[in-house]
Amino acid sequence: MKIPFSYTFRNLWTRKLTTALTAGGMALVVFVFATVLMLEEGLRKTLVETGSHDNVVVIRRSSQTEVQSVIDRVQAAIIESQPQVAFGAAGERLVSKETVVLVNLIKRDTDRPTNVLIRGVAPQGLTLRPQVRITAGRAFRPGTSEIVAGRSAAERFKGAGIGETLWFGLREWTVVGTFDAGASGFDSEIWGDAVQLMQAFRRPVYSSLLFRLNDPASFEEVRTQLERDQRLTVEAKRENVYYLEQSELLAKFIRYLGLTLSVIFSVGAVIGAMITMYASVANRIGEIGTLRALGFRKRSILAAFLTEAVLLALVGGCVGLALASFMQMFTISTMNWQSFSELAFSFTLTPDIAAKTLLFSLVMGVVGGFLPAIRAARLKIVDALRAI
Amino acid sequence: MYFFKLIVRNALRHRLRTGLTALGIVVAILAFGVLRTVVDAWYAGAAAASATRLVTRNAISLVFPLPLTYMGRIRQIDGVKSVSHANWFGGVYITEKNFFPQFAVQAQSYFALYPEFAVDPGQMREFLRDRKGAIVGRKLATTYGFKPGDQVSLRGTIFPGNWEFVVRGIYDGAEARTDTSQFFFHWDYLNETMIKLAPRRANTVGVYVVGLTSADRAAAVTAAIDATFRNSLAETLTETEQAFQLGFVSMTEAIVVAIKIVSFLVIFIIMAVMANTMAMTARERTAEYATLKALGFGPLPLAAMILGESLAIAGAGGLIGIVLTFPVAERFGAEMGSLFPVFNVGRETVAMQVAAALLVGAVAACLPALRAARIRIVDGLRHVG
Repeated sequence: MKIPFSYTFRNLWTRKLTTALTAGGMALVVFVFATVLMLEEGLRKTLVETGSHDNVVVIRRSSQTEVQSVIDRVQAAIIESQPQVAFGAAGERLVSKETVVLVNLIKRDTDRPTNVLIRGVAPQGLTLRPQVRITAGRAFRPGTSEIVAGRSAAERFKGAGIGETLWFGLREWTVVGTFDAGASGFDSEIWGDAVQLMQAFRRPVYSSLLFRLNDPASFEEVRTQLERDQRLTVEAKRENVYYLEQSELLAKFIRYLGLTLSVIFSVGAVIGAMITMYASVANRIGEIGTLRALGFRKRSILAAFLTEAVLLALVGGCVGLALASFMQMFTISTMNWQSFSELAFSFTLTPDIAAKTLLFSLVMGVVGGFLPAIRAARLKIVDALRAI
Repeated sequence: MYFFKLIVRNALRHRLRTGLTALGIVVAILAFGVLRTVVDAWYAGAAAASATRLVTRNAISLVFPLPLTYMGRIRQIDGVKSVSHANWFGGVYITEKNFFPQFAVQAQSYFALYPEFAVDPGQMREFLRDRKGAIVGRKLATTYGFKPGDQVSLRGTIFPGNWEFVVRGIYDGAEARTDTSQFFFHWDYLNETMIKLAPRRANTVGVYVVGLTSADRAAAVTAAIDATFRNSLAETLTETEQAFQLGFVSMTEAIVVAIKIVSFLVIFIIMAVMANTMAMTARERTAEYATLKALGFGPLPLAAMILGESLAIAGAGGLIGIVLTFPVAERFGAEMGSLFPVFNVGRETVAMQVAAALLVGAVAACLPALRAARIRIVDGLRHVG
């Protein structure tokens, strides 16, 4: 026969301080665990959504990032004329020859300089990235010193807001609009006319080429074509793959750090639960004896104490998860080591993460409660009744 | 004396519980120490910076180089003792995973500016004689097994091609905080290749390192250098070496802040665990406290007894945690390799660990001590555990 659930619940309710402290400790652990998962998810989401499966990025071989890459005009013309490049509605080739540089801008809140990615794009650059929408002002006019800033770049950097001006490359640049790139990596960038930016930075070469495939399946074909061409020293990647690789190091760092911390913290929380449950058993030896004498089986006692531990952990898990869900309001911005530029991403809570987090708290409860529950179940009736 | 005996006996009454609590504190203090050391390692570059060195770079950003001709003009500025320059090379050794910093430097002047890189004079002569020579740090040499005479091939990311080097010497750090995971080679080798391959990129340098005659002239010299090149095609931005290094730290500040917060969070968690232990202990002994009160003990000795027990458990756990921090940090630093070139447990970290352990002990004892001090004898004696 089962011991009623209310018995378990009342046991926790009687010792409110102990319950609160144990559940509180667990809540903090769950909070850290959930936050790390949310951060990793946020980073992944930001970078996965940055690239499209149908677009191809071409950079100089083994340059790793666009910033370090160089593609001269002759090479660009060869790449542009590949038969797999799609055509737009007006018959133009859907290619954006881009120049990418880093510029130091001052953060609004800390007054510290940070590397910001400035991307010079061709007019097709916006067509190739349908997720980028101008939300305020207008797009830059080709042939002028006008620039548009990504949503989070405009918020975070001095002079990057609409109507403000930035000074770099011996020129003053007017921000005429801000764009929203759907929480992708482009939100942290500033865009202008490629030709103008190349002039200003005195770089007669492009950094990278982006083109749309007329058939998404023809990627392998165009890649071998480009990489085998004797006149070129380039590598081609699908745009989404390129951005995923850009964040590999950062994602790995967050994951390892988070896992290590979660393991260390959960040791603390499990110990806390164990102490509580051992005490809970020790205080109730007489009670356990009585229950056994009334005919409850060992199994039921074990179940009752395990339920108590799991309930405790679940309370902690829910509180921790609730706290973590508030983190969605914050945005983290840090330097991506691989592209060397600032990247903003937010904590993202998904149902999957919520499930994982609750499961994690349950496991903590079971691990912490198992040994004490076994001790309770193993008590001999006679000894237990004699205990007081 | 009997008082301490009582505390120890009390602490050992529930061996399992005391053991578990102490174990929790060991883990927490250990984690706290390692996390603080990670934060320190983040700032290691800035901490090791010299006050008599300035770094001049392109005002747009580090990606843009400066012309070589600036060297002579910087040297003319009053207060400048010596000038050298360095280029970030960014080569890949076999695979991307083997990251370590590589710099193409003007060898003679660079090592004169950095006396903390101690190189054997014989090896230095060998290095200067060989245009393809390289000098590597001790830590780097141990990690990859580099010995003088070894061939090292790097695949260029910023400067295309495969680059061959011969290790000619190994430098040691003059201090514990010196970064010995760097790889230096001749800028001339880089430049000559660039003249052949990409003449437009030749005769440029990444940053100038400026040695000052005295540290208090830093502000004046900084302003003078930047004024010299204002309104030129390559405007400069000069900072002290420390500010330059801190610039890198501030870009990844969010991570440092997160680690700092988490390191305090772990102390909070263990505080909850410890407070729980003490609360349970005190609740079980309510009848005993009432008995002691009936015998004539005042509230203060009772509170002191609980505080003493709490401090004893936290102190013991903390002590083991601190002792363990050193080997664990050493292991962790070795695992991380070149990510954290300098990874030492600081004196400040240990002090903070001690403070944290004592704080946990004291806070945990607060509520139970107050309860025990306030309990009425009659209620206490009637109490059933």
